[in-house]
Amino acid sequence: MNGLEGYIPIVGGAIIDDLRLIADNLKGRIIQHINSTSVGGGVAEILNRMVPLLKELGVDTRWDLIKGGEQFFNVTKKFHNALHGRPQEITSHDFEIFRETSRQNIEEVNIYGDIVFIHDPQPVALIKKKSNNKWLWRCHVDVSEPDSRVWSFLMDFIRQYDAAVFSAPAFSQRLPFRQFLISPSIDPQSDKNKELPREVIDNVLEKYGILKDKPIITQISRFDRLKDPVGVIEAYLQVKKYIDCQLILAGGTASDDPEGLDVLAEVKEKASRDKDIHVLLLPQDDIAVNALQRASTVIMQKSLREGFGLTVAEALWKAKPVVASNVGGIPLQIKHKYSGLLCRSVQGAAFAIKQLLNSPAYAKKLGENGREHIRNNFLITRHLRDYMLLFLSLYHDADVVYL
Amino acid sequence: MAEILKASEQFRFYTRLNLSELTGLRATTLSQLVGLIKTVPGSCIYHHTHRFLQQHQYLSPEPPNDFAYWVSEMLGEDALGEELASIDTVQFSNIRSLREEIIKTIENYLENKPSSRLKFASEGEEFHFIKAISFVLPTHYVANNIREFADILKKVTIDSIYFHIFEARLRLEQKTNDFSNWIRTAVGDDKLADDITRLDPYTRTLEDLRNSLILIIEERMVGAL
Repeated sequence: MNGLEGYIPIVGGAIIDDLRLIADNLKGRIIQHINSTSVGGGVAEILNRMVPLLKELGVDTRWDLIKGGEQFFNVTKKFHNALHGRPQEITSHDFEIFRETSRQNIEEVNIYGDIVFIHDPQPVALIKKKSNNKWLWRCHVDVSEPDSRVWSFLMDFIRQYDAAVFSAPAFSQRLPFRQFLISPSIDPQSDKNKELPREVIDNVLEKYGILKDKPIITQISRFDRLKDPVGVIEAYLQVKKYIDCQLILAGGTASDDPEGLDVLAEVKEKASRDKDIHVLLLPQDDIAVNALQRASTVIMQKSLREGFGLTVAEALWKAKPVVASNVGGIPLQIKHKYSGLLCRSVQGAAFAIKQLLNSPAYAKKLGENGREHIRNNFLITRHLRDYMLLFLSLYHDADVVYL
Repeated sequence: MAEILKASEQFRFYTRLNLSELTGLRATTLSQLVGLIKTVPGSCIYHHTHRFLQQHQYLSPEPPNDFAYWVSEMLGEDALGEELASIDTVQFSNIRSLREEIIKTIENYLENKPSSRLKFASEGEEFHFIKAISFVLPTHYVANNIREFADILKKVTIDSIYFHIFEARLRLEQKTNDFSNWIRTAVGDDKLADDITRLDPYTRTLEDLRNSLILIIEERMVGAL
């Protein structure tokens, strides 16, 4: 994979020059990222690219993981759902499991960063090791309506941080410290987003037994109830009454998501009565995801809640028309009727898909607008810039900082 | 031509990069909106009246400030949205007076249309106040004459152009912009400086602004031959 130079044809050389200018101001500081998984899910995906690029810019960046057993990740999955506002039964024993694993991690994880960058709730308790360094908490989930018990429990840790980072304005709360808005991003050079030769796309379709004889509607997502895969099937079935089409539901499961296989089984059951529904489990096959997106006529992201919804940015980058829920960070990526269509229900999703399938010129225009919107705002080069400015902001209080 | 090209001092290009800081403040009604507009930091007013310039570089589908967009799209008060969108931002040399104009516009509307007080945004569609934290950095680009200046304009980021046109004028309360200032004082070309000052940067995208600047300068250089 190409380094920074590879982004010049995509965003221009001056953007890369700016990144180098900012990075010069971070020389001598160590940035330590900590999260709970190195594979699966958006956080690991971003860090896998972000860390080497920051290093190439000369910013000493490292990445460590906490450890946790099945019980711990079951609890943190419940926390995740509760923060998204889904009712969960969380017992005092669950909180104790979280505390106990956290205690072990506090003992075992070596903290050496000048800036310690904690991602999501799983490692949040490491703040107990705070000394005279700076600590950031990066919230990747939609906490616009969090379960108050879980939020309150986590706030005991979070309030000790120097600053927090959220992905959308609606996620911000009145907090006793600074909070920043930084959207995540996609990497246009990654296997998931780079241009693909026609034969690679065709080979993937052939591998999964998908013919190009009818329009393809696709949702790429982890098998997670919050991504509403069943709602996607229901919307597809409504469209199918009028337009002959096929549906691809494809995704993997993250190692910190124990619910994934249950959801996959439910989806397979729901899909079993229609041969045009393809349910594909694709553990870490980014080329296949890329190919399926590129082969699609319309891409969906019908999430009920969404930390950000990077699959929307991936689809728009490929200039695909997208139908997505008006939740989380999705409206930041899609301006309704301008760079995609937003929906709030199964019926709304079905109507939007029919519009796009019946009006290819309109669908094409939405996709083209979407690609430019992503180029300007949601590529990893913008994300690198925001993170470096964030690090610098920890050492400056003013609204205008002269470097 | 030699006179036009000669500069008595170099022009160093700077760039300005923004980080968005959340305030946790939100409004669901017009009354709440105007109340918060009165009290939030100036950097919030700056963010909500200038953000569109950065985020929609190639095309601007939204009205040129967030207040206008919100009252139109979320409250359905299109007439007020139009009034707010058409506030002539270029006439204001500081955030304080821009803020006062926005407040006056909303309060007049509330007075003339009391029923607008009853409108409220649905859940999830509240107005969230955000402030801009600006970082200003010197770039490696330095112009020794007007030709080099025009060549560099083709290469720098739109953030750099933004800094010299908008930040210098509005946020730092300068009456002109850095480009006109340098062309007037170091190059000695008042006409070219005036032509650039007259450009309304708020009604075009930054790429359009870049192209307009380059065109004006290149035409002036050709005219001087």
